[in-house]
Amino acid sequence: MKLNKKVLALVVLGGMAVSGNSMAGPSAQALANTCAGCHGTDGNSQGPAIPSIAEVSKDYFVELMKAYKSADESPKNTMMSRIAKGYSDKEIELMAGYFSKQKMKRQAQKFDAAQVKAGAKLHKKYCEKCHEDGGRSSEDDAGILAGQWTPYLHYSMADFIAGDRAMPKKMKKKVKKAMKADPKAMEKLINYYASQK
Amino acid sequence: MSGISRRNFVQVAGGAAAVSTLGFSNILMAGKSAGHVVIIGGGIGGATAAHYIKRADANVQVTIIEPKKHYHTGFMSNEVLNGERSLDSIKFGYKGLESLGIKVVHDYATNIDAAKKHVSTKKNGNIAYDRCIVSPGVDYKWDMYEGLDAGVAATKIPHAWDGGPQTALLRKQLVAMKDGGTVIIAAPPNPFRCPPGPYERSCQIGDYLKKHKPKSKIIILDAKDKFSKQGLFMQGWKKYYGYGTDNSMIEWVKGAEGGIIEGVNSKTNTVIGGVDEYKADVINIIPAQKAGKIAHTAGLVNKKGWCPVNQKTFESTIHKDVYVIGDASVASPMPKSGYAANSESKVCAAAVVASLHGKEAGIPTLVNTCYSVLAPGDGISVAMVYNFDGKKIQKVKGSGGLTPMDSSPEMRAREVQYAHSWFNNVTTDAFVGG
Repeated sequence: MKLNKKVLALVVLGGMAVSGNSMAGPSAQALANTCAGCHGTDGNSQGPAIPSIAEVSKDYFVELMKAYKSADESPKNTMMSRIAKGYSDKEIELMAGYFSKQKMKRQAQKFDAAQVKAGAKLHKKYCEKCHEDGGRSSEDDAGILAGQWTPYLHYSMADFIAGDRAMPKKMKKKVKKAMKADPKAMEKLINYYASQK
Repeated sequence: MSGISRRNFVQVAGGAAAVSTLGFSNILMAGKSAGHVVIIGGGIGGATAAHYIKRADANVQVTIIEPKKHYHTGFMSNEVLNGERSLDSIKFGYKGLESLGIKVVHDYATNIDAAKKHVSTKKNGNIAYDRCIVSPGVDYKWDMYEGLDAGVAATKIPHAWDGGPQTALLRKQLVAMKDGGTVIIAAPPNPFRCPPGPYERSCQIGDYLKKHKPKSKIIILDAKDKFSKQGLFMQGWKKYYGYGTDNSMIEWVKGAEGGIIEGVNSKTNTVIGGVDEYKADVINIIPAQKAGKIAHTAGLVNKKGWCPVNQKTFESTIHKDVYVIGDASVASPMPKSGYAANSESKVCAAAVVASLHGKEAGIPTLVNTCYSVLAPGDGISVAMVYNFDGKKIQKVKGSGGLTPMDSSPEMRAREVQYAHSWFNNVTTDAFVGG
């Protein structure tokens, strides 16, 4: 049986509207508005380095914000670990919901055309299974890679590899394999993602 | 229920949340104007407010009254001083906002009649409003300084505090200065726009002098005894500019030790301090500040010269249906910064739209982040999340704070990239592409 999304939305909307009236906190819109100064209007960053968060997977967003909030698990990011501590788990959920519904607008970035082909191959072999559709998809709680600002991808991979940010087990394996097969794999992959419109 | 995964459900539910917070006003008001909002001032505050009113309800008519055809940001203008960026890169126009149907009137607002609900202008007569948002930025307390006024600042002793022609003048003076010259930066008393700005400026000027005129000196004459990000700035001064040694390029004189200035002699290029007189080659006096002129004319200020507001909505506590945002408003504990103005504008925009629909304003949530560059490739920041305790804005306990003193060079380099990203995003969020 396929549940009609529209029907489901109405059911949920009804529920939200009721709880919305008694909600004593800021709305999802109000919360998301505070992010735009750094992450761009509706989460579409103009770069060069702060990532776009439009279209982000809801669970990915929630998980990462909770990691930033925690003293032990926080990636060594000097800004988000300070910001994330300002929000309750409920507020993070609301923001996640808002940004997951925005459309990511990919912008032209510089890339090395010579590396793109190799990057595409590496992606297919090591990344595509989770980062579907050439890294465009946020399905399965994957971070969107295609068109993401490349300095951010560099920072993230450096942090993952250094162990400053936790990788899912599967990703850890794949990254290790990719780097073993080609020590310059990350550079090539990032050029590939930069080339994706 | 085989056709729907947990993920799909979550996405659908998230969409519903967004709809429930966004949709009502457009549906209710479809086809007719929901009222006219006149915004005085087209800086970060005014531009963001205009953008976010249109986003919340495209049927609200929005007019910005702003004398200048282009706005120069104060933030990042220090990078013009060391030649890292051009003046054009901090210049923004109003085409993006106009493309959303926002009317931009290039004129001076001369007064606000809160009873008759209109703004009077120099050239366009009276402009009627349903709600008025005042975002005039700061004005300077010239009368605190002997020998200094707006004319002297425009031609000889620039404050360079609003990113425009005075920034170009100060840059020109620095370029023309001989090696071995002295630059004086006079930092204002609290409260003022961009609290870390004077100290970041010492770094940018220091960076320029180090590369081009290494025998030169910078003296900061400070009206205060302490300042924003002080530990981090001093760490940077030591690392890059020899601070604390006999040969330091940067000297900081605090208020208690003679940093408070009384005036200037622009003929002899001498700053008159409370204790000593300082002869200099380039003088940059950042004067003490108050809310922009229109706020005073329109009677929106308190005894201290700033505009008290209801911190839930930013409506003036003096005049009904008039709102004040940005540097001019009393939004403490928020600082007077570009990000604060951007964040306050959105709270105000939502409150104004709600009020036009006869609805209660939502619960505000605000953020400030502020980056400073100590030297190329070395950035620091301060951040804070704010919420509303039912009466006023408060810092969210445990959030925010400074770049750690021991953050790695890699993290410091990232902060510069974040600073530039923030600049691109906040200006696009305000000017919609300019």
